[in-house]
Amino acid sequence: MKILIKNCRVIDPAHTIDGIRDIFIDKKKIVRIAEHLSLSADRVIEGAGKIAIPGLVDMHVHLREPGREDKETIASGTAAALKGGVTSILVMPNTNPAIDSPQSIRLLKNIIKNTACSHVYISGAITKMRAGESLTDIPRMVREGVIAITDDGASVDNPVLFSKAMKVAGRMNIPVICHCEDKKMSGGGVMNLSFTSTRLGLRGISRESEYTRVERDIKLAEKSGCRIHIAHVSCSESVDIIAQAKKRKIRITAETAPHYFSLDEEFVSEYDANKKMNPPLREKHDVRAIRQGIKDGIIDVIASDHAPHTENEKSVEFDRAEFGVIGLETELSVAITYLVSPGIIGWAELVSLLTYNPSKILGIDKGSLGVGKEADIVILDPDKEWTVNKETFISKSKNSAFLGQKLKGSVNYTIRGGEIVYANGT
Amino acid sequence: MKWTRKDLLGLEYLSKEELEFILATADSFKEVSTREIKKVPALRGKTVVNLFYEPSTRTRVSFEVAAKRLSADVINIAAETSSVKKGETLIDTGKNIQALKADIIVLRNSFSGSPFLLSRHVDISVINAGDGWHEHPTQALLDIFTLKEKFGRIEGLNVSIVGDIAHSRVARSNIWGLTKLGAKVTVCAPPMLIPYAIEEMGVRITHDIDEALYEADAVNVLRMQFERDQQNAFPEHIDYFRQYGITRERLDKAKNKNLIVMHPGPINRGIELASEVADCPQSVILEQVTNGIAVRMAVLFLVSQSENSQ
Repeated sequence: MKILIKNCRVIDPAHTIDGIRDIFIDKKKIVRIAEHLSLSADRVIEGAGKIAIPGLVDMHVHLREPGREDKETIASGTAAALKGGVTSILVMPNTNPAIDSPQSIRLLKNIIKNTACSHVYISGAITKMRAGESLTDIPRMVREGVIAITDDGASVDNPVLFSKAMKVAGRMNIPVICHCEDKKMSGGGVMNLSFTSTRLGLRGISRESEYTRVERDIKLAEKSGCRIHIAHVSCSESVDIIAQAKKRKIRITAETAPHYFSLDEEFVSEYDANKKMNPPLREKHDVRAIRQGIKDGIIDVIASDHAPHTENEKSVEFDRAEFGVIGLETELSVAITYLVSPGIIGWAELVSLLTYNPSKILGIDKGSLGVGKEADIVILDPDKEWTVNKETFISKSKNSAFLGQKLKGSVNYTIRGGEIVYANGT
Repeated sequence: MKWTRKDLLGLEYLSKEELEFILATADSFKEVSTREIKKVPALRGKTVVNLFYEPSTRTRVSFEVAAKRLSADVINIAAETSSVKKGETLIDTGKNIQALKADIIVLRNSFSGSPFLLSRHVDISVINAGDGWHEHPTQALLDIFTLKEKFGRIEGLNVSIVGDIAHSRVARSNIWGLTKLGAKVTVCAPPMLIPYAIEEMGVRITHDIDEALYEADAVNVLRMQFERDQQNAFPEHIDYFRQYGITRERLDKAKNKNLIVMHPGPINRGIELASEVADCPQSVILEQVTNGIAVRMAVLFLVSQSENSQ
């Protein structure tokens, strides 16, 4: 199918393009990007007033399959992704079974091959069953297609074991994604430790439980020489520590999730389980620090940490509710609303955070609009406002932290591999 | 003033005027318990369900007595004997109680915030009878009612709250209520029992019991909840008594010789309170229990009168 996108503002930081262009797509690939193309196509998309960017690359996603298909499946999660403009996903290994062996990877690859609507990349566990006790066979997992390792949801407490994993990852040239949490310090907590947790009578999760583990992981990485990527940065101290590590030329990248630069802990009131995630929403000054870290390039990536849970698992007492929120269908709009609209960053920076940077970290050929590349493109209306409600979600789960919020920016078309895989009429 | 709230979830959410209105209403109900026939028809034909997920004698019985003196029908549900053991959620339990055409649910639950969850899913009134570490509004109201009876005012009183502040819903509700009404509140405990940033609630913190008592008009002594000690950080019973126990000698060092001693019960004699203090004339512990009935009658009455309730 030949597709011609006309008169669209094309933003492609990888090629430092930001201007009105036409894009011609044929045989799944981008064939030409230029001004005023007059080529015959099966489908012409009028792009005036719209923005075309590379398909989003979300490197922190839980799709729950295999094991918890009632929360989400590869099929439902990737369909949700396309609605949000996400064409490439890195799935986390905390499924059941965990992705910790060649067998489980082959099982997952098979599900992906048969049911996925977007590109899905696989991360493998660092330790068997993510239990923190013995290492997985990292080289074999890499041969099976794993492109990063992580015990996401848990940190590897044992530093000796983690160092070993880092050395192997360094040799295999894959990044180690660090979930930074000292569970001895955070144990039992359900929200940020602060006056608000005192007021609500809830057990707190201290900021120290995050940033002391960021510090430790940086030290271990420095010795082992591998690349580390700090997942879901939530507090100001973590941003500072990562900034210093970058100054020391340590091979470190960092990610945050949309809720950490848009919401603070006071949104938990009164006991809204859709504001319960790990790490927790922090304080106002943390939200400012995360925004500043994004602006300064300390934080390289915005990823959703899409964590679907059923309504039954959220409609319970706050202490008993599961941690996590969905994000695939809102991350682009939240980022536009809270980062671009107020002028904290420009469009090119936003696009880098959502596409090019995660692609570089993962070593995948995504996140750019080069001629000859597979055509993964999102066309969005930057000004369209919409209100988040349960009915708008394609995801099997509805546990969004942004329910009821008005957001700016909406996806009109998602093109994946040269095909229009999502279209929203307007 | 007209009462408009269908629920009582916590004192944090009430204005000074609303607090005073509850206290005044309680004052008018107190006399009922002194009559030969201790009953008024205010809640006749209404059904009150005591839904208790934690063991409680005092609070549950107090609510039951209060409801009965208002002529309401009272149902007691204890978690051990209910569908909860079979895995029913709080929301489903609440909806079932509503389907039985009850009018008021009095909820005691070990999870902070559970009354909010319940009130979001039922239309009938919800009264918080203690949720986790969060609030225990009727306990604080009866404490404040007792103080007002003794001193004729709350404004300007010095009240010290001593004990496990960190895990205490009684402390939080007292702090909200007392500070809104103009009292000066001091909390006193070993450092590990003072919750993070509690000073932002407008209280003074001390770790010295003699200092907490010196300027106090009243001391509210909390029960040491040793069962909550998950990290083995609590002091030993005897050490706690030595450092923080309210004794005759300590009371005698206080400036106000009529300093009154309160305790929400159940008391641990010889741990937070010397036996002789519990039984001395300065102790108002049993008056608190009596006042609890009037306060709970007022709360039951007011929520049932709100326009928003059925």
